Amino acid sequence: MHRIQVVILSTLVQAGLLTLVPPSVAADSGAQQHYAEWAIHNNGITAPLDGLTGDPERGRQLVIDRRKGNCLACHRMPIEGEDFQGNLGPPLAGVATRLSGAGIRLRIVDQRQVNPGTVMPGYYRDPARFHRVPEKFSGKTYFTAQEVEDVVAYLNTLKQEAGNEK
Amino acid sequence: MKNRGWTGTLLALLAFISGAVHAEPPRSGYAYLTPESRAMQDDDFENPGMVSVEQGAVLFAAAGENGKSCTSCHAGDASGLDPARIARYPVYNDAEQRPLTLRDRIRNCWTGALGNPPLAYTGPQAIALESFVRNLARGQVVNVDFSGPLLSHYEAGKKLYYTRFGQLDMSCNLCHDDHAGQHLRGQLLSQGQTNGFPEYRLAKGNITGLHQRMKQCFVKFRAVPFPAGSDELIDLEVFLAARGNGLKIETPAVRF
Repeated sequence: MHRIQVVILSTLVQAGLLTLVPPSVAADSGAQQHYAEWAIHNNGITAPLDGLTGDPERGRQLVIDRRKGNCLACHRMPIEGEDFQGNLGPPLAGVATRLSGAGIRLRIVDQRQVNPGTVMPGYYRDPARFHRVPEKFSGKTYFTAQEVEDVVAYLNTLKQEAGNEK
Repeated sequence: MKNRGWTGTLLALLAFISGAVHAEPPRSGYAYLTPESRAMQDDDFENPGMVSVEQGAVLFAAAGENGKSCTSCHAGDASGLDPARIARYPVYNDAEQRPLTLRDRIRNCWTGALGNPPLAYTGPQAIALESFVRNLARGQVVNVDFSGPLLSHYEAGKKLYYTRFGQLDMSCNLCHDDHAGQHLRGQLLSQGQTNGFPEYRLAKGNITGLHQRMKQCFVKFRAVPFPAGSDELIDLEVFLAARGNGLKIETPAVRF
C-alpha cells in the first residue's frame, strides 16, 4: 500500500468515517469503495490517483469494452476492427499531443470541471453526489482509480493525428 | 374564470419562450432512421408493430366480464373514437385531478365499463390496446394543451427531464436536446420524441411502450428507474408529448 493511501485511510479511521475490515469481508458485503481524493492544478490532475501506475493495454481494453469505458460510444479512436464509433465528443487520435497526462486525467475523472454542460459522465466523480443510484453501484465511482490510470496511460500513447494512423 | 384562463395562457407562453431558448424544432425519430427502417415502418405488411395493432383490434372487440366490449360504446370499427381527441393525450382528468394518459384511459374503460380485472400497465394487452387506439390517429398532429391544469405537471416533467440521475449522473436533455443527430456508437441519437409510441424496437425485437422505454434510459444511467405508471413518468410523459406538439402520430413506429 502506498504511503499516501495509508495516510488517507488512517485519517478517515481516526475521523470515524471508515471502518477497516478484511478485504474478503469488504468484497462480500458490497461496502463503500475507497474514494481517492484528487485536486485540480493548472487545468489538470497532476498526481496519479492513489499514486497508481496505469497499464496502456488494459486501458485499451477498457476503452473498447461496452460495459466498462465504452469510450467509442462517443469518441472516434484509432482502433482497428472497431467499426461503430460515435461522434458526440471529439476524436481522440492525437489527443496526447493536445493535452498533458494531467489534462487527460482530469477529463476522465470529471469532464464537468472543464465543461459544466457536458454529456460526458465523470468516471471518477464523488459518488456522494449521485442521485437515485441502485444499491449495487451505491458509493462507487464508475471507474476504479486503477482503471482511470489505465485509460490515462492508453490515451497518452495516442500521439498521431488521425490522418497518419494506420 | 376568465382571469385564470389568461394567467394560464401567459404562463404557457412564458414556458414556451423559456423552453425555446436553445430548443430545436421538434423532429420525429423517423428523421433519424436508415432508409431500410423507414421503409419497414411505412409498409403495414412489413411493420412488425402492426401485429400489436391487430392484437389490440381483437381485444377491442372482445367481450368483457360484464358482456360489453369496447365496441359497445365506440362502434365495431372504432368509428366512435375521434382521432383528433386521441392526439390530445395526455389530458387532465378533472375527477381524479391528475393527468390521464391514453394508456390509463383505456385501462379505466377495461375495468370500469367492461368489468375486467385491471390490465398490467406494461403488459402485452395494455400495449396492444394502446397501439390499436393510437394507430387510429396515425397522421394526426400531436396537440397537447398544457396551458391549463396540466401546466404544473408539464413543469414537473420538464424538471425531471433536466435532472441528473444515476452513477452516470446523466439527464435526458444531454443526449436528446444537445446531441440529436449525432452517432452514439453506430446509431443516430434522436430527440426522444413520443409520437411513435408504442413503437417496435429493432434492438429489442418487441413492441415497447413509452414508460418501458424511459425505464431503459434510466437503467443506462445506472439509476433506479421510476416505475411504469408512476406520477414521475406520467409528468415526464406530459412534458415529452407537449414538447412534440406539431409532430404527426406514427404508431406503431419502427425505431432502433
